[in-house]
Amino acid sequence: MSLSPVQQELAISTVKVLVIFGALMTLFSLMTYVERRLLAFMQFRLGPNRTGPFGLLQPVADGIKLFFKEEVTPAGANKVLFVAAPALAVVTAFMAVAVVPYGGTVSLPHWGWMPDWLEGRRIALQISDLDVGVLYLFALSSLGVYGIVMAGWAANNKYTLIGGLRSSAQMFSYELALGLSFVSLILVAGSFRIHDIVDSQKGWIWQWNAIRQLPAFAVFLVAATAEVNRTPFDLPEAETELVAGFHTEYSSMRFALLQMAEYINMITASAMGANLFFGGWHFGIPGVPDSPLWFIGKMLAFLFFFIWLRGTVPRFRYDQLMHFGWKVLVPVAMAWIFVAAALVLWRHS
Amino acid sequence: MSLPLFHAILFYMFAAVAVGAALAMVVQRNPTYSAFALIVSLVSLAGIFGLLGSPFIAALQIVVYAGAIMVLFLFVLMLLNVKEELRVAGEGRVSKLVAIALGAVLAGEVGSVLVAVRTPVAAAFDASARAVALLLFEKHYLYVFEATSILILASLVGAIALAKRDPNP
Repeated sequence: MSLSPVQQELAISTVKVLVIFGALMTLFSLMTYVERRLLAFMQFRLGPNRTGPFGLLQPVADGIKLFFKEEVTPAGANKVLFVAAPALAVVTAFMAVAVVPYGGTVSLPHWGWMPDWLEGRRIALQISDLDVGVLYLFALSSLGVYGIVMAGWAANNKYTLIGGLRSSAQMFSYELALGLSFVSLILVAGSFRIHDIVDSQKGWIWQWNAIRQLPAFAVFLVAATAEVNRTPFDLPEAETELVAGFHTEYSSMRFALLQMAEYINMITASAMGANLFFGGWHFGIPGVPDSPLWFIGKMLAFLFFFIWLRGTVPRFRYDQLMHFGWKVLVPVAMAWIFVAAALVLWRHS
Repeated sequence: MSLPLFHAILFYMFAAVAVGAALAMVVQRNPTYSAFALIVSLVSLAGIFGLLGSPFIAALQIVVYAGAIMVLFLFVLMLLNVKEELRVAGEGRVSKLVAIALGAVLAGEVGSVLVAVRTPVAAAFDASARAVALLLFEKHYLYVFEATSILILASLVGAIALAKRDPNP
């Protein structure tokens, strides 16, 4: 069977998409379990430990339970948007993963039984190595806001509406700081391409942006936590004031989809932290070969950090959140851009 | 399947969605639906920009228009809880006539352009971040760019001045 070059590319991309989709779904369901377990340990509890060995089958049980629950649509809800909102949230969350690189390129081995065009072919460990990868991420995260706004508005409930509005205000306030924290990385790497930014951190550990550009990293860490609506910035679902925020009225699989979108966004943010600030698949010591394993390790460390944060710090108040975003994070990020730009200019002259 | 065919399929998909959503935006009575339809239309346009080989413009289209601007529109619509617009029978005869006349003019213009242009206009062009930056910040458009920035700054200051409450009234 001979395929045209376009068909070959399509086939490879399809396989990549399926593999990464599967990996993400697995990671998502594991995360729901790991988060509950770790939080429990941090609070001197045991957490879910009854289903399967160590409670590892808990996500399966949860999935089955959610699947068989009744889908409730509130009588006054806007039916179309109410159904569309979780789908939109989940689709944008998955689309953002397309530009995340997991490593350099790998060559397939020469096994002899594969089609000719696959033997020894070089494959990039990334679905799409877009020129403007960082901008693409922003584009999708700004579209992801609509899923939440839509969910909050369509349910026709004052708690969900306030939750949705809060959440969108928070997301686009912190998106600004998040974007500004990336500008200095783009300046230093001279490219929007995530791959290039990772490669600009090659070499010793102090080449990593987390160390070389500490202020930008600090802004990123806070803004990313707010962007994915995690504690201490989980005001959209502050249960003491808003019941459960924008997903109050959701049940069954629609609720599961909203949860999934949130976790996938968290995984993307962790992957971006590992790539943009911790050198991605570079180990940090010259001579140690690059490997996707280093990337995965750093990403898991970020995920652990998010859970750890949830077990440690209390929630912000809403006005504190807005003040902090606009009056602290944005100015710090702006100032650092000027410093970084001056340094880049100085190095080039 | 060849590359041009693949591109053509994607182009017509995006184009159909863009036109359909634009129509839905105009026809729709519910302002919130209209806003969502406009977002869909803008995103499909971004897809077409991407197909024309300029992912930079596509990303900007989504970040600026579909993201930042439309979210503010939606905010206002939701905070004011705007309801479906009602129409009174027999209202606005004159405006209907004017609308039909203007629509006919627009249709004529679009038709004449379609007749005049036989080949697709989108020739290869470089719209990478670097090319756009060079164009904007070299001598051709620098002053225009800075003037626009000042305009935006002025409107920002104006908005703050309007929204600020007088501390001692």
